[in-house]
Amino acid sequence: MDVTFQFDWHAAISSIPYLLTGIPYTLLISFGGLAIGFLIGILFGLLRISPVAWLRIPAIAYIEIFRGTPVLVQVLFIFYGLPQIIGGPVNALVAGIAAIAVNSGAYISEIVRGGVQSIERGQREASLSLGLSRTQSFRYVIWPQAFRRMIPSLGNQGIISIKDTSLFSVIGVGELVRQGQIYIATTFSALEVYLMVALMYLAITLSLSLALRLLERKGLVGQ
Amino acid sequence: MIDIKKKPGAELIVRMEKVNKFFGSLHVLQDIDLSVTHGEVVVIIGASGSGKSTLIRCINGLEEFQHGHIEVDGNQLLPNGKSSKSLQTIRTEVGMVFQQFNLFPHLSVRDNVTLAPIKVRGTSESDAIENADRLLEQVNIADQADKLPGQLSGGQQQRVALARALAMEPRLMLFDEPTSALDPEMIGEVLDAMRELAKAGMTMMIVTHEMGFAREVADRVIYIHKGQIVEQGKPEEVFDNPQNERTQSFLGRVLKH
Repeated sequence: MDVTFQFDWHAAISSIPYLLTGIPYTLLISFGGLAIGFLIGILFGLLRISPVAWLRIPAIAYIEIFRGTPVLVQVLFIFYGLPQIIGGPVNALVAGIAAIAVNSGAYISEIVRGGVQSIERGQREASLSLGLSRTQSFRYVIWPQAFRRMIPSLGNQGIISIKDTSLFSVIGVGELVRQGQIYIATTFSALEVYLMVALMYLAITLSLSLALRLLERKGLVGQ
Repeated sequence: MIDIKKKPGAELIVRMEKVNKFFGSLHVLQDIDLSVTHGEVVVIIGASGSGKSTLIRCINGLEEFQHGHIEVDGNQLLPNGKSSKSLQTIRTEVGMVFQQFNLFPHLSVRDNVTLAPIKVRGTSESDAIENADRLLEQVNIADQADKLPGQLSGGQQQRVALARALAMEPRLMLFDEPTSALDPEMIGEVLDAMRELAKAGMTMMIVTHEMGFAREVADRVIYIHKGQIVEQGKPEEVFDNPQNERTQSFLGRVLKH
C-alpha cells in the first residue's frame, strides 16, 4: 500500500485557537480538584495515622475505595449516577472537579501520611519536651518538615491528575480533549490536532514540574 | 558564664515512688524510689539497656509507666500517662537535652531557641530574641545564630540544644546521654557548658558514660542495673569504694580505658 500521508501544518496551526478554549476548563478541573484534594488529603492523611480506631478506619476505607477504583468510573458515577440519588442534574464541570478531588485526595492522603511518618520521632519529643502542645508541635515542627518531603510526590500526583482530566471528555466538559474531538469532527485532521492536544498537556505539566522544582530548591536550601 | 533565674519552689523537685515500667514482658524499671533536691546534680550511670534513659524520660512524660507515681515540682505524674496538671504544664518547667540533639532542621539556630518561649510562654518576639542571643553567647555560639542546624558541628548543635532548653527557664534539666553521639574532640565543649550550668546552680539529672565528668560535677551518682537502683552515693564513694558487686564489676569494665 502506498502511504502518501503528509503532515498538514496548516490544519495543526489553525486548530490552536479552538483548542485553547479548552485549556481554562482543563486547568479549572485540574487545579480546582487538586486544591480540594489537597485539603482532603491533609485531613484523611492525618486521620489515617490517628491512634483512635474510629477515626482511622473511615480514613482507610475512603483511601482504599477511591484509590482502588478508576477515576473514569468515579466521574461517570458522579455525573450519571448521583443525579438519581439527589433528584437533580449534576453540572459536568462540578462533576469533573469532584472526581479529581476525591481521587487525588485518596492518593494525597497517603502522601501526607508518608511525609508525616518520615519525620524522626526525636522532633516530636524535642518539641513536646519544650512545652509545646501536640497541635503546636505539629504546626511548627512536624508539618513544615513533612511538607518539604512531600513536594516531589505532590508534584507527581498533580501531573497525574492533570492528565486524568482528559478522560472527562466523556461527560461533555469542554476541556482540551473534548475540544480536539469537536474540531476533528469537522476537519478530519486527527493526527495534527491530537498532536497539538498532546503538546498542550505537555506545556501544562512541564510548567508545573518547573514550578515545583523551584519551590523545592527554595525550600531545601541548607538542608 | 551561664546564669539562670532561680525560682522559688519546693525543696524536693523530683520524687519517684515505686515506679515500675514494662515494655511488654520486659521489666525495664523496678520499684524506682528516687528523690532529687533543688540545685542537686544527679548523674545516672549503668550499662546500655539498664533503663537509665527510660528513667529520666518518665520524668517529663515522654515515657509512660505502669505502677507508682512521680512528683515533679509539685505536679503528679501517674501511671499510664495520667497527670494532675497537663503534661504540657509540667514539661514547660523541665528542660531536656537529647543524645541526637533533635534541633529543628528547618529553623535557624535563633528560631530554634525562640520558638517555645514565643509559642508557649507568650514572650514577645523581641524579648525572646534578646534572650536567645544572650543564651547563645553563654554557650559560645552567638556567631552561628542565623545558620541552620545542619551547617553546625555536632558539638555546636548540642550547645544550641542546651540554649534552646534553657530559654524556657526550666527548674530542672534532664540530659539523655548528651555526648554519646559526638566526635571525641567535641565532647569537651559540651561538658564545659554543662559544668557551667551546674555551677550556676541548675538542678540536673544526667545520664552519661563520661565517668570523669560524673565524678567531677555530680553531687550524687546513681548506678542502675537491669532497671533497679543498685547503688547510690557521693561520686567518691561510688567510684572509689563501690559496695555492690555489680557496681564493682561495671566500674571495673568502664574505668579501665
